[in-house]
Amino acid sequence: MSTEVAYLTWRQRHHSTIRAVRLYARTFARNSSAMFGLFLVMLIVITAIIAPWIVPYPEDAIGAVHLDLKLMPPSWDHWFGTDEVGNDVFTRVIMGTRITLQIACTVTGIAILIGVPLGMIAGYTGGYTQEVIMRITDIFLGVPGLILAIAIVGALGPGIINAMLALSLVWWPGYVRLVQAKTLSIKNDIYVQAAQSMGAKRLRIVFVHILPNCSSPIIVKASMDMGMSILGAASLGFLGLGAQPPEPEWGSMISIARNYLPDWWWYSFFPGLAIFLTVMGFNLLGDGLRDILDPQHRE
Amino acid sequence: MTDQPLLSIRDFSLDFDTFDGVYHAIDDVNIDLHTGEALGIVGETGCGKSVTAKSILQLLPSPPARVTSGEIWLDGENFLTLDAKSIQKKRGIDVSMIFQDPMTYLNPVFTIGQQLVDVILAHQRLKPVGNRINKAAAKTRAMELLERVRLPNPERQFDSYPHELSGGMRQRILIAQALSGHPKILIADEPTTALDVTIQAQILDLIKDLINELGLSVVLITHDLGVVASICTRVVIMYAGQVVEDASVNEIFDNPKHPYTKGLLAAVPHPTQRASTLTGIPGNLPNLLDPPSGCRFRERCPLVREKCSERPRWTTLSDYHGIACWEFSESKHA
Amino acid sequence: MLDIKDLKVHFDTSKPLKRKTIVKAVNGVNLSLAKGDALGLVGESGSGKSTIGKAILHLVPITNGSIKIDGFETNPLSRKIERELRRRAQMIFQDPHSALNPRLPVLRSVAEPLVLHTDLRGSELRTKVAELLETVGLPSQFLYRYPHELSGGQKQRVCIARAIALNPDLLILDEPTSALDVSVQAQILEFLKELQIKFSLSFLFISHDLSVIRHLCNRVAVMYLGEIVEEGLTTDIFHSPKHPYTQALLNAVPFPQAEQPDREAPLTGDIPSPVDLPIGCNFSTRCPKMMKGTCETTSPILSELSKTRKVACHLHS
Repeated sequence: MSTEVAYLTWRQRHHSTIRAVRLYARTFARNSSAMFGLFLVMLIVITAIIAPWIVPYPEDAIGAVHLDLKLMPPSWDHWFGTDEVGNDVFTRVIMGTRITLQIACTVTGIAILIGVPLGMIAGYTGGYTQEVIMRITDIFLGVPGLILAIAIVGALGPGIINAMLALSLVWWPGYVRLVQAKTLSIKNDIYVQAAQSMGAKRLRIVFVHILPNCSSPIIVKASMDMGMSILGAASLGFLGLGAQPPEPEWGSMISIARNYLPDWWWYSFFPGLAIFLTVMGFNLLGDGLRDILDPQHRE
Repeated sequence: MTDQPLLSIRDFSLDFDTFDGVYHAIDDVNIDLHTGEALGIVGETGCGKSVTAKSILQLLPSPPARVTSGEIWLDGENFLTLDAKSIQKKRGIDVSMIFQDPMTYLNPVFTIGQQLVDVILAHQRLKPVGNRINKAAAKTRAMELLERVRLPNPERQFDSYPHELSGGMRQRILIAQALSGHPKILIADEPTTALDVTIQAQILDLIKDLINELGLSVVLITHDLGVVASICTRVVIMYAGQVVEDASVNEIFDNPKHPYTKGLLAAVPHPTQRASTLTGIPGNLPNLLDPPSGCRFRERCPLVREKCSERPRWTTLSDYHGIACWEFSESKHA
Repeated sequence: MLDIKDLKVHFDTSKPLKRKTIVKAVNGVNLSLAKGDALGLVGESGSGKSTIGKAILHLVPITNGSIKIDGFETNPLSRKIERELRRRAQMIFQDPHSALNPRLPVLRSVAEPLVLHTDLRGSELRTKVAELLETVGLPSQFLYRYPHELSGGQKQRVCIARAIALNPDLLILDEPTSALDVSVQAQILEFLKELQIKFSLSFLFISHDLSVIRHLCNRVAVMYLGEIVEEGLTTDIFHSPKHPYTQALLNAVPFPQAEQPDREAPLTGDIPSPVDLPIGCNFSTRCPKMMKGTCETTSPILSELSKTRKVACHLHS
């Protein structure tokens, strides 16, 4: 019994996926705010990648001191002006994109790595395990995020690594909630029962059947979280608990710049603008992703 | 039937503007409903029976629905041209509609009595102030309606919430709501599909009696030929947005002519007569984003020929039997 | 090859601090199936028919009872027995639209039982899946399609391919065609008939649709509120039903024909909830032939009327 099987081309085999991607792209493209968000995010990402090559004064990012140039307003030489030790604010803001993205990816990544599996286990196993996991999650969620982060950093000592750690610990409970709820609803779907009736073990069902169907809300939340974690890191930096000078982190820059308001406004304004655009970019992108991944929309 | 039809759908075509293109849902449909008739509209998924029915009361969101031609006449008015305010006055008063899943059409936070009274009072607002009845009178009328739809223990059930009632009872309440405005026409869209067999029998019996007691004219939309046979006097068969056959219930079952109708009947298992094989209809529904020209059944029809790419002319085989198929119009055509 | 004795599936739905509520979905059922049989399990909501199917595959916790498949006792389920169970008994579910993981292409869905129970991998696996698809009448292009690209009938065929992948002896079909159009249903039913003959399968066909059961099954068991009320050969039961509930069911089924038979008045009342079962016969609250005294106080036992017929009714004991 011979059957002509996999002599289908790559394109034919992945025809369904290609079509789906095209559909998503088209729908996404029609949403102007989402496209704007995408543009901003791409801008930040590209800037972060090429940063060392485009900054006019690379030494300013690592702590050079030029007191003679201190606190100069925006000019052709210094587009964003200079700070209190004479560093070019433009350089520091651009180099800051690297740190910012690093923080966002690390925090969100760790939160997902901890929160998603816990959520799936809680949702699928139920019973005592679910109770334990959810109560711990509730405790974490009960404390305002920033306060908790401050407490953790306070205990561990300031610094960017500790700040990232603290923020990850604050963020993972959100994923547990989300994934647990989605798992509960998927658990009752017939294809899960079908897998059980074929003898699939729990681990397989969770990773092969439940996880792929949870991915949409996780992706949407992750893109929103990128923005929020940047805000969190900036807040910690602002309080002097995150990145330490001379690291060009936007929050810590503002923390010092604040003292020079309103006369030397550029020092606070540009890092602030950078934060604003980055967070807004991720939020708009997240909104756009939610619109295309929302099951009601998909047809 | 030579008397003037009560409801007349003429040359009706409707498209849906979707992301993937224009979906030509309904193509040139003609359906008449006469007074006192129980008309069944039968078809499978995608045939357009629900869409047609909902269009009568302009219940389709528009966009994406778009009427491209035709009229729907009732009492000398074209319902398709009425504006939002005017059609609102017709809903529940001239034409009422009940749907498949009663639970989603009842508000879970109000008692069924309250909901029924609300509907009655809403209809009152269309009358001049002097003629309106008050809340107490509305309640009395509500109780009358609940008795008419044979709800057991109406006094007690009046204060129940929808989730406390069974599917059959909820459907009775929907029927009561539908009758509260004294409509001439009741459109029932798959009213018993979600109900158990014995409950379905009760509801069908109820509808039959209401037709006799109230002189109601009914349009029954269903995919179940058994249901059609038990209540309807006339049947319209639809396929992919076109009407293919229109006949009295006896003619449809004893003398089906259209290949699709025949295919449908050959596919239905009978509870007491065991056919040796059930035959399905080979092929799939045409893609209505790009439907075949002419007869939309031609790609699956055993009798297909070249002429079928041209829309078959409607042929009247007898007073009780009309059909859209070239097979039957050639002989009559000069 | 299937022998069920005194099966009970009770669900405890008690809420904390409230009166204890136990839903007796299946309440003492005896059932047996010979090889090659097609047994139809008929009932309305709350009858427990779906629960029996799920219980056989241990998809719901079993309160009590013995389920033997090919002589293997499967309750309680040990690891060794579980392997045997999964290979021998498979299920076709009610709604083909949600019985397939929307994120997996057809190849992976159908391959799942093979991945779990055999060593087939890679191109051998693909070939086997393509063979299975061919058996159910789907060309090999469908290997890489996703469920949302398939029609209802095609999805159900994929589910059938998945269910027969391990050559089971018993197929449990839970309303396999209820969600499909009539013409598609006809194709699937005919196909199932062929499949049964070709692979010598035994069917447990669960449905509320009497016409479909009539067409496919040689034996029928009628269920009401968790118990079997009548059981026998299809032709016998449809021709001369003995239990008042069976009679009421047959009376209620609409006939797709012009001449409508004279009917009794439809059964009054609603189906009682399986939580508060009446004392005595479950059907006594609605039975038109209820005998005061007997029916209200004692539950009738399913007793043999003949070698092939059983009824649970005081009228026939």
